[in-house]
Amino acid sequence: MTGALLSTGAGLMRTSKRLHRPMDCRVKPGNADKGRCFTALLCIVLPIVSSFARAADIPLDQRRSDSEFISADTRAMQNDDTANPGMLAVLDGESLWEEKAGATDKSCADCHGDAKTGMKGVAARYPALAEDQDRPVDLETRINMSRIADQKAAPLPFESKDLLALTVYVAHQSRGMPIAVEENERTKPFIAAGREIFERRQGQLNLSCAQCHNENWGKRLAGSLVPQAQPTGYPIYRLEWQELGSLQRRLRDCMAAMRAEPYDYGAPELVNLELFLMWRARGLRMETPAVRP
Amino acid sequence: MRHSRRQILQAAGAIAGDIGLLRLTVRPAAATPEMMQDAVRSAIGEAPVQKGKVKLDLPPLVENGNSVPCTVTVESPMTKDDFVKAIHIFNEKNPQPNVISVKLGPRAGRAAFSTRIRLADSQTVTAIAEMSDGTCWSDDIYVIVTLAACIEEPK
Amino acid sequence: MARALIHVPPTAKRGEVIEIKTLISHVMETGYRIGVTGEPIPRDIIDDFVCTYNGEEVFRATLFPAIAANPFITFYTVATESGTLTFAWTDLHGATQVQSAPITVE
Repeated sequence: MTGALLSTGAGLMRTSKRLHRPMDCRVKPGNADKGRCFTALLCIVLPIVSSFARAADIPLDQRRSDSEFISADTRAMQNDDTANPGMLAVLDGESLWEEKAGATDKSCADCHGDAKTGMKGVAARYPALAEDQDRPVDLETRINMSRIADQKAAPLPFESKDLLALTVYVAHQSRGMPIAVEENERTKPFIAAGREIFERRQGQLNLSCAQCHNENWGKRLAGSLVPQAQPTGYPIYRLEWQELGSLQRRLRDCMAAMRAEPYDYGAPELVNLELFLMWRARGLRMETPAVRP
Repeated sequence: MRHSRRQILQAAGAIAGDIGLLRLTVRPAAATPEMMQDAVRSAIGEAPVQKGKVKLDLPPLVENGNSVPCTVTVESPMTKDDFVKAIHIFNEKNPQPNVISVKLGPRAGRAAFSTRIRLADSQTVTAIAEMSDGTCWSDDIYVIVTLAACIEEPK
Repeated sequence: MARALIHVPPTAKRGEVIEIKTLISHVMETGYRIGVTGEPIPRDIIDDFVCTYNGEEVFRATLFPAIAANPFITFYTVATESGTLTFAWTDLHGATQVQSAPITVE
């Protein structure tokens, strides 16, 4: 996969270089030169217009869940709750939801009640920026914040079985609901920061997320279809991992594959990127737990 | 006693064969088609294997070798006089030739099952069914695997 | 205790062939992966799965490392009478996990 990405990255680089050739802008006015002037103008304008077009988001009505880019077998595995290994973790999460923890000896259920009602729609709004916070947090961090503040319990490590189980259980309660992260004056800068990461060329391949996922979705890379990278089903059961994992893990894997230095778990850059991706996926329905190759 | 060249060569071949057997039990790093044949014989004995009656379902191009959906269906009335008593699945390129062995009986109603398997490389996967009358039937499929299983590094 | 999901139709007609689906959480460590120490991670797999219907064995599978993580097995059985289907998964070390599901047969 990485090897193929390398060649495609080079291919994509060649394509974009074609449109970013430096133009000779020395144009002299005058009747005889009007034709040349117009051609030169076109040569300047077209690449600029195209480069804006290249940075454009996928039109809202063309957005599709990543489920549409996986094989029929993998999709069938996701859609059958008895075949989807993510559902095993949902059951684990359900047990943890009822389990008393910390110095307060309280369970999540003690304050939040039945997750099926209490947590409905919550994951669809995450990452979220609370009134009393100065940065957005993702669902995993929000769960840990509650553990620390309300249960007086130790936070669960990122990617630990228990944190993933609780997160997938909570997120599963939003399955079928449209993603609806808040876009307001306070969240706008963080969404923009996430967009900047998504559109920035990075790593040894000088590749941006947008080049594959905004401009080449639906095309093939090493026999697999390139999805739009819409995070509708996190935490996911990834066949490559043979286990459940978070969006942060997936983003880190992607960055490593692009030969870029991945941000650490919990880094603000990752949360900004998560926020941007969920905003980009607004309106698409949650599918947690999804199954991905 | 004078030995013919043929006898000497046969004796040498027998010894080489024994050494070959010893080598196989030491378990090489990756499976070979020969290992698969040995595994088949261990499972079903010397009964000849005929093609037919068995349908092995695997995707021809696999999305990820870590989890490949696999279904086997065998034509059989599944009555107490005529039923499938076992179904075995083998592979030729994983480190080990066996995949799964299933024991059935007339109470199954249908001689079919599904599971998800790991495939380390593009290879032929074979399903063999043993019938109550002692006959053995098989089907095989060649599967292309681009992302291998079995040797992936843990996170 | 590994988590398991079982699907048995709650009711069936006598003589009907029913499909049973089972999924259990297990890493199915092959024994071929190299760990952080540079040594292979020891094999840890479920190697036996058996289904009994009111005490009588109706399905048995011997699993090898080539079975994917979180083993998923579906099979068929004839709905003969009301009662209990019991599922037992046993690993290499002999530890067994048992789970049951009821069935009503008309």
